[in-house]
Amino acid sequence: MEAHPALARLRARFDERILGTHAHRGDATAEVAAASILEIATFVRDDPALAFDLLVDITAVDYLGSVPRFEVVYHLYSLSRNQRLRLKARVPEESPRLASVTPVWRGANWLERETYDMYGIVFEGHPDLRRIYLYPEFEGHPLRKDYPKEKRQPLVRREDLDAPQAERTEQRERAGYGRWQ
Amino acid sequence: MRDTVAGNKVPFTEDLHTEPMEIQMGPSHPATHGTVRIALRLDGERIIDAGIEVGYLHRGFEKECESGEWYQAIPYTDRLNYVSPMINNVGYCLAVEKLFGVRVPPRCEYIRVIASELSRMSDHFTCLGAAALELAATTPFLYAVQAREHIWDLHEALCGARVTTNYVRIGGLQSDLPPGFADLCRQKVQAALAIFADVDRLLTDNPIFRERMEGTGRAPAETLIAHGVTGPLLRAAGVAYDVRRAQPYLVYDRLDFDVPVGNAGDNYDRYLVRVEELRQSVRIIEQALRDLPDGPVDIDDPRLRLPPKGKVFNRMEELIAQFKLVTEGMRPPAGEVYQAVEGANGELGFYLVSTGSGQPWKCRCRAPSFSNTQAMRDMIQGALLADIVPTFDMINMIGGECDR
Repeated sequence: MEAHPALARLRARFDERILGTHAHRGDATAEVAAASILEIATFVRDDPALAFDLLVDITAVDYLGSVPRFEVVYHLYSLSRNQRLRLKARVPEESPRLASVTPVWRGANWLERETYDMYGIVFEGHPDLRRIYLYPEFEGHPLRKDYPKEKRQPLVRREDLDAPQAERTEQRERAGYGRWQ
Repeated sequence: MRDTVAGNKVPFTEDLHTEPMEIQMGPSHPATHGTVRIALRLDGERIIDAGIEVGYLHRGFEKECESGEWYQAIPYTDRLNYVSPMINNVGYCLAVEKLFGVRVPPRCEYIRVIASELSRMSDHFTCLGAAALELAATTPFLYAVQAREHIWDLHEALCGARVTTNYVRIGGLQSDLPPGFADLCRQKVQAALAIFADVDRLLTDNPIFRERMEGTGRAPAETLIAHGVTGPLLRAAGVAYDVRRAQPYLVYDRLDFDVPVGNAGDNYDRYLVRVEELRQSVRIIEQALRDLPDGPVDIDDPRLRLPPKGKVFNRMEELIAQFKLVTEGMRPPAGEVYQAVEGANGELGFYLVSTGSGQPWKCRCRAPSFSNTQAMRDMIQGALLADIVPTFDMINMIGGECDR
């Protein structure tokens, strides 16, 4: 039996799609099957006993060396029930893809863009998945554990500097810089 | 006319026979305090759409933290929200202490409350003063900054620095209160409030200020919740969510304070909520100074804090403990925690993952400014171009925190 009521409810509803739970230091945590993340997210928001209406945070953790490599972490809060929940879903290195939860919480938009920018995890169904902090020409995803901290990338590549101005502008526009949200 | 989410009316461009105009606002705009680029599509003075771009102050906070030891992240947290650095210090250290499963002595908790509330005051002074400045009222800004100077004097008394405080330590504090701090604190806080009373008199009933603030930037509570907005913005829309009250940390459950809420959810309510929060912070500080217990400020745990020097020089166990802590660093047990505190702009959270080593495997900061800035598009769509300035002021986007 689960000690935490929210975890017990998730277990009862989704059974084997809840891969593991814990409440380390009182933080209710459920690891869920990556394929079911959208369904579970919708359930935890709409179920009156859970009502996790506030999406606090989305981020990822890179467990380099373990399989699957990435873990996407969702922190939720329920304003009416005053409780927190952490959902986690593992995605593999070779195809880091996961359904977007933007249909459930609109605030997921920027948070998923940030996770994509930093870890290269692709959120399927996201309305506008592009880098949020770094520039479009940036290569790699800096928060991955195999991205060296000391690595430097010039803001503009040498070959772009040699190209004529009009061509450079066109390249930037093609890359989506300044596109409407 | 069509309705936007925020309930503002947008005239169809066909009615006016004008072409939409596209202009860029920022990233370095004189009327915004925060580096953000807003790509606007305008129909005359009306905003049809706004694309908000953040990231101009991205410095790789997480990457830096992951490559240092646990305590080395504390100075970086100063630079998240550099207007209220103490709250970030407290939030991070509380999260690491949660990983260890320890609680600091009561005196330390009271001092951390005082430090947090001082920082909240300095943040609100900056926000309200800068808002006035950007609406072309220079005098209130100067008064607010003068009030903030008193708070920064107190920061200086606590830790020697005015802005980059680096005051809180994992398992304790950099130092105990200096002699005579309680009297100095009462005096400075009252002086700051007295100066701010002038700002209040200049702004709160000022017809020009109210004209710019009332009814602008309005968004219903559901929209804000969907965007993950917290803090004064959410409270101004009538939702009384405050981490200090909902899930008390430190000793906030023993202190008496009110959580002000608005009902209109417009910029003026956000202003009023912040003004009232200033007064509540003063109440909290006075109670904390009154109830401040005696005792140590550092936890008696050699895994977190260095043992006292007298024991290190004379006893074997303490010598070993000091040697291990200095050479290996502190090693929280493996696990993951999320700890939230009420920052000046909303819920500030730290999500830490430890693998049991001397370095954080993951050090994530959940910044309130990030979610709050995201919701701005809904607040300004269909509004006038001039409404961006008060709305952005009341969102109080802090670049260091939003972009990390």
